[in-house]
Amino acid sequence: MKVSMKQSTLAIAAAAAIGFGGIGTASAATELVIVSWGGAYTASQQKAYHEPYMEANPDVTIINDDSAAEGVAKIRAMSEAGNVTWALVDAVASSAITLCDEGLIEEIDHDAVLEPAPDGTPASEDFGDLIVSPCFIPQIVYSTTFGYREDLLSEAPTSISDVFDMEKFPGKRSLERKPINNLEWALIADGVDPDNVYDVLDTDEGIDRAFAKLDAIKDQVVWWDKGAQPTQLLADGEVVMASAYNGRLFAAIEEEDQPIAMMWDWQVFDLDGWVIPVGGPHREEVMKYLRFATDTQRLADQAKFISYGPARESSAPLVGKHAELGIEMAPHMPTNPENAKNTLLFNYEWWADRQDDLTERFNAWLAQ
Amino acid sequence: MTTADGTPLKVSLARAQRRLKFRAFYLVLPLFAFILITFFVPVFDMLFRSVENQIVPQILEKTAPLLLEWDDRDGELPPEEVFAAAKADFEKGYAEKTILKVGRRMNYEEPGFSSLFRKTARRAKNFEPPYKEAFIERDDEWGEVDTWRYLKRESGAFTISYYLAALDMSYGPSGEIGVKSDKRAIYINLFQRTLMLSLLITVLCFLLAYPISYLLATVSTKTSNLLLILVLLPFWTSLLVRTSAWIALLQQEGVINDLLVGIGLISDDGRLAMIHNATGTVIAMTHILLPFMVLPLYSVMKTIPPTYMRAAKNLGATPTKAFIRVYFPNTISGIGAGGILVFIISIGYYITPALVGGVDGTLISNFIAYHISQSLNWGLAAALGVILLGLVLVLYYFYDKVVGIDNMKLG
Repeated sequence: MKVSMKQSTLAIAAAAAIGFGGIGTASAATELVIVSWGGAYTASQQKAYHEPYMEANPDVTIINDDSAAEGVAKIRAMSEAGNVTWALVDAVASSAITLCDEGLIEEIDHDAVLEPAPDGTPASEDFGDLIVSPCFIPQIVYSTTFGYREDLLSEAPTSISDVFDMEKFPGKRSLERKPINNLEWALIADGVDPDNVYDVLDTDEGIDRAFAKLDAIKDQVVWWDKGAQPTQLLADGEVVMASAYNGRLFAAIEEEDQPIAMMWDWQVFDLDGWVIPVGGPHREEVMKYLRFATDTQRLADQAKFISYGPARESSAPLVGKHAELGIEMAPHMPTNPENAKNTLLFNYEWWADRQDDLTERFNAWLAQ
Repeated sequence: MTTADGTPLKVSLARAQRRLKFRAFYLVLPLFAFILITFFVPVFDMLFRSVENQIVPQILEKTAPLLLEWDDRDGELPPEEVFAAAKADFEKGYAEKTILKVGRRMNYEEPGFSSLFRKTARRAKNFEPPYKEAFIERDDEWGEVDTWRYLKRESGAFTISYYLAALDMSYGPSGEIGVKSDKRAIYINLFQRTLMLSLLITVLCFLLAYPISYLLATVSTKTSNLLLILVLLPFWTSLLVRTSAWIALLQQEGVINDLLVGIGLISDDGRLAMIHNATGTVIAMTHILLPFMVLPLYSVMKTIPPTYMRAAKNLGATPTKAFIRVYFPNTISGIGAGGILVFIISIGYYITPALVGGVDGTLISNFIAYHISQSLNWGLAAALGVILLGLVLVLYYFYDKVVGIDNMKLG
């Protein structure tokens, strides 16, 4: 109840906000509200994109809004109220697909809007398969992979099967509380050919098989919801291994010096990128900013501040050292060949159909 | 009795007072309008979504009326004219970027609609008659009668499917209503858990708050002010800070477990699981909601003259009897107020359970939040919200019957 009231009043609040906002933006300077995830991630964007852009365009002020986690719901609420105040939003690929289906974000012509690679390769080829929706401008490749406590395990886990092996690797684990990734991992650990994972999951028997595999570790799993939780659980020694975003693990290992190591086997790639809400303010300026912030150099620059792989192929050779720690970033990238021996790019189309259904099934399974 | 111009005095008086009443009404009118616009309208708008289904008939404007007339009982596909209408709707919907909304809407009913619509929408403008064959050639699903039955079922302007989903009922393609298998049922269980945990939290708050309030009400004003600040201090601290503090205290490698292992009460392998489960939710929420019980109890106890207890003892009652017969009945109104406050707040709580609830300590509001902000299934979120509101109103009704709402006293 509390939530639904809050969300519905949002529409009205947004209406009020634009009423006042309209007066404020009449001044000469353009204020771009850019929505992202906050924390280290927004900081990396601030340094790699926002600051150089504002320096080159003194009349533009970029305002960071850290509410990307509620982005999907808020874009819809703003659209229904007819007052979209966000200029540009950072979203994961699956959200972009949903929003694009709903007609809430703009379709764009990638080659017309974005800079080609330095050698002239058009943007659509440089980004390649990562353009998973006509509304989506990829920015980074991140992965969900495993971290484990070196000091608490007698030997290092090397494959995804080890996560499900309670005898060889006793202790609690932490997994994200959603079916995505976990079902795929369960099947691969159970011996399913990774190429056929989605074919197997298409059948009821396949889903039962995945849940049966998860049953083996169910009572030893602490489920996480927020990206910061798994590394915290590892650091506290609450769990011995955990699935987590690779950037969070990098921060825990390299910046906070925790006794954690990474296990990259069957890491799942996911994408994060920009989407433009339909009817948002300052469209021209947004396009100018996008062209700048997604060019080859800028995408490579972001990797100096956070260990996420740039989405352009042409950016990879330009990735250098961490801006503060001075360590080479390339070996920490999920796309680094050494780490990317076994990877899964999850099937967005398939999950767009099955997510609601399997989330329900997953939650019922959790409650049993 | 009449006035000078002959009208009865009663009528004249009423007329004069009516004007005054209107004036008073005009004074509160802005506030009334404010509450109406910012509170009631959005809430009802949101709750209305639990039955609203405009999206299908609006976007499938040609197909929906034809489907409603189509007789689906003989197990045959709809006639060619329905396919022709669908072609027109897909073509228009693709150009206006609306057709995929219907796909997502229908995907709530049966997984697969989302990609079926996406796949079909792109090509619909190139379809040549006969359209039935063109659709089936694009995807076999269009040759299944059930696909069209689902569409027919949801072609009306209103739907009951969100409520059925919220009550763990299955809803067949032609509208057969059944009970969902245990593999998929979640919400009834969650409603029960939410009510039980809220009740438990209310009782625990009462047990803890009663002696505290008694102490506050009986010590000198100077001491009680100091103690009251101790009660209120956590109240003023950020909710997230307090919840995180509980995590640090209760987790398996946390302060309390370390202490218990240190003094040898439990072994290192037998550390207690006190967080990321229902226990964690109950402990953290009891702490957070305690002031809501202490304050009404304290303000009611403050008004009970100490002479009552003295009189009771003077008349021969033992302290226990005096407490049960004299003091306790005088505090019922405070217990009622505190109890209702804590219970109603905890029934809608979601931040704390989300952080410390783990699997069996999450409440129904966590799922409402999920459907609002993640799955975007606002219809289902609204249906869950309406059911929760209904439950609260029913409980409130019984509370009024048993205890009486007039007995409630906030201070």
